Amino acid sequence: MSTRKASVAVGSDLTRPGGPTPPARAARPATRRTGRARRVPLRTRLRRDWQLLVMVAPGFLLLLVFSYVPIVGNVIAFQDYNPYLGDNPLQAFLHSDWIGFGQFQLLFEDPAFWDAFRNTLAITAFQLVFFFPLPIFLAIVLHNLLSSRLRGFIQTVVYLPHFFSWVLVVSFFVAMLGGAGLLAQTMREAGLEPWNVMTNPDTFIILVTAEAVWKDVGWGTIVFLAALSTIDQNLYEAAAADGAGRWRRLWHITLPGLRPVIVLLLILRLGDALSVGFEQFLLQRDAVGRQASEVLDTFVYHFSIATGNYGYGAAAGLFKAAVGLCLILAANKIAHMLGERGIYSRS
Amino acid sequence: MTATIVRKPPRPRTRRPVWEEKPTLTGQAGKAVLLTLLVLGVLFPLWVILVTSLSSRETIAEAGGLVVIPKGIDTSAYETILAGGAVTRALWISTLVTVIGTAIALAVTVLAAYGLSRPRSVGYRWLLAYFLLPFLVYPPLVPKYLVVTGLGLKDTIWALILPPAISVFNLVVVRGFFQGVPQELLDSARMDGANDFLTLARIVLPLSRAVIAVVGLFYAVSYWNVWFDALLFIDRNDMYPIQRVLQSYLLAGQAPHTSGGTSGVTMPPTESIKMAVVILTVAPIVAVYPFIQRHFIKGVLIGAIKG
Repeated sequence: MSTRKASVAVGSDLTRPGGPTPPARAARPATRRTGRARRVPLRTRLRRDWQLLVMVAPGFLLLLVFSYVPIVGNVIAFQDYNPYLGDNPLQAFLHSDWIGFGQFQLLFEDPAFWDAFRNTLAITAFQLVFFFPLPIFLAIVLHNLLSSRLRGFIQTVVYLPHFFSWVLVVSFFVAMLGGAGLLAQTMREAGLEPWNVMTNPDTFIILVTAEAVWKDVGWGTIVFLAALSTIDQNLYEAAAADGAGRWRRLWHITLPGLRPVIVLLLILRLGDALSVGFEQFLLQRDAVGRQASEVLDTFVYHFSIATGNYGYGAAAGLFKAAVGLCLILAANKIAHMLGERGIYSRS
Repeated sequence: MTATIVRKPPRPRTRRPVWEEKPTLTGQAGKAVLLTLLVLGVLFPLWVILVTSLSSRETIAEAGGLVVIPKGIDTSAYETILAGGAVTRALWISTLVTVIGTAIALAVTVLAAYGLSRPRSVGYRWLLAYFLLPFLVYPPLVPKYLVVTGLGLKDTIWALILPPAISVFNLVVVRGFFQGVPQELLDSARMDGANDFLTLARIVLPLSRAVIAVVGLFYAVSYWNVWFDALLFIDRNDMYPIQRVLQSYLLAGQAPHTSGGTSGVTMPPTESIKMAVVILTVAPIVAVYPFIQRHFIKGVLIGAIKG
C-alpha cells in the first residue's frame, strides 16, 4: 500500500510541468523529466491515471456517438441510401447500394444547389465588408470611454442579444420592421406607403446582415477589447511626445496591436465562408423565398431530411465540409506566409 | 528557479493622461449619439414588446398594433397563456430540458476537463486530439439525424439534451481554468491521500465557481434556445419546446413547417398574447444574465487565450 502511494506521489510530480504559463514550462529541465516519464511502464501509468480515464469516459462516449459516428456516416453520400431497407438506419446503411459519385454528379447539375452556393458566397462577402469591421470600431470607441461605469453598462446591454435565440431575434425584427410591425404602423399613421423589409428578397442580404449585427456586434467586441487592453500604454505616450496626433496613434499603434487578432478572426471567417448561419435563414426562407434565402446549410436540410433523400443531402454536406476544410487550411497557410501565427501554430 | 510571473493586463484607464489632446466637441457628440443609438437599439424593442404584452385590447387597438407608451397594466394575456395549453406545456418542457441538460452537460464537461488537464497522463495527447477535433469538423447534419433517430431518441427530450451535452469550446474554457489552479494545492491534497475525484470535488471545483457559472450559463442558454434540433427530432406538438411555439405564434405566416403547432389555441393569437410569449421566452435569459455577466468576460478570455 505504501509503495503504491509513493508511486502515485512520484507520478504526480512527473505529471505536472510546473506553472500553467508556457515560459515556465519551457524553462524547466523538461527533457529529463519527459525521459523519465517515458520509462514508467504502461501498467503503472494506468494504475496511476485510471481515475482520469474514467472522468474522460462520458465525454468520450458522447463525442463518439454524436460526432465521430456521424462523421464516418458521411459515407452514405456514396450510396443510394434507402431509409426503408431494414428496421434502423444501420441496417438501411448495410443494405443500400453503393453508387460512387452519382449523388455528386446530380448535385453539380442542380441549379438550386448553385443558387445556394452563390447566395452563401455573396452573404459571406457582404458581411465581411459590412459586419466584420464593426466590432473592431466599437471596441476602440468603448475602450476609450473614460467612465468605467458607463462602459460597463453599455457592455452589459450590447452583449445581451448574443444570448437570444434566432427565433427571438427574427421575432424582434418582425415586430419592429415587419408588415404589421412598429415601422409600418408609424408609416401608415404618417400617411406613407409602408414597406415591409421582412419579405423583400432584394434587400434580404441587408436584412440578414442587420440581424447578425444586432445580435453579435457587442459580443464581437470582447476579443478586441482584450487585445486593446494588452497594448502598452507607454507607446501612446511616447508617440504623443513625438508629435503623433490621435489618428496617427490609432493607425500606428492601436491597429498594429490588434493585427494578430484581426488576422486570426479573418482566417476563421474565411475558413467558415460556406457557413453563414443556419437557423436565421431557415426561419426566413418562406417569407422571402428560396431563390434569395437558400444557403448551403439550409439546402442540405431541405433536400435531405425534409424530403427523405438522405444520400443527396449527405453529398451536399460532405462537399461543403470538404471545401470548408480546404479553405481553412489555405487561409492558415496565407496567414503563415504573411508572418502571422494563424491557428495551428503550437506555442 | 524560474518565477511564474503572470503579467496581468493593465487596468483600463479611468483618467485622461496629461499628454493626450482635449477631445473635440464633434468627436464627443458623435460618440454619444452612436452609443445612445446602440443601447436604444437593444432596449427599445424589448420595451415596446413588454409594454404591448401588458396592454389591454383597447390600448392596442388605439395604438394600431404595438404600444410604445404604456397606458395602464393589463395582465390578461399572461393569464390566458399561463392557464394551460401550448405555451404552458412548452415552458415546462423547455425548463426540463434546460435543467437536466445543463446538469448533465456541466458534469460531463467538468469531468472531461479535469481528466484532460494533466499533460503526461496516460494517452493524454491522443485523448486531447480526440476531444479537440470536433471543433474543426462539425458533425454532418444528415448522418447525425440518422444516428439520433436510429437510437430511438426521436420525440424524447434526450434528443435535445444528449447531442449538445459536450461543447468543445466550453471544455477548453474549463480546462484552461483548471490548469491555472496552483500546483501546491493539488500536491497537498494528494499528500493527504485524496484521489482525483476527491481533489476535483474539494479543491478544484470550489476554486472554479466563476468559470462553472459562466459555462453553466452558456449551456443553459443553448438548451433554452434549442429550436432546430426540435424541428428535426420532435414531431409531436405536445413535446415542443418554447422556441418552436414562439415560432408558430410569431412567424407562423413565414414558416408553414410548424403549422398546427399551436394545438392549444384555436383563434389567432392577439398582439398582446404574441408579445407575452416573446417576453416569457426572453425573461429567463434576461433574469439570469446580470448575475453572471461580470464573470463571463474573464471566463471567455481565459478560453480564448489558452485555446
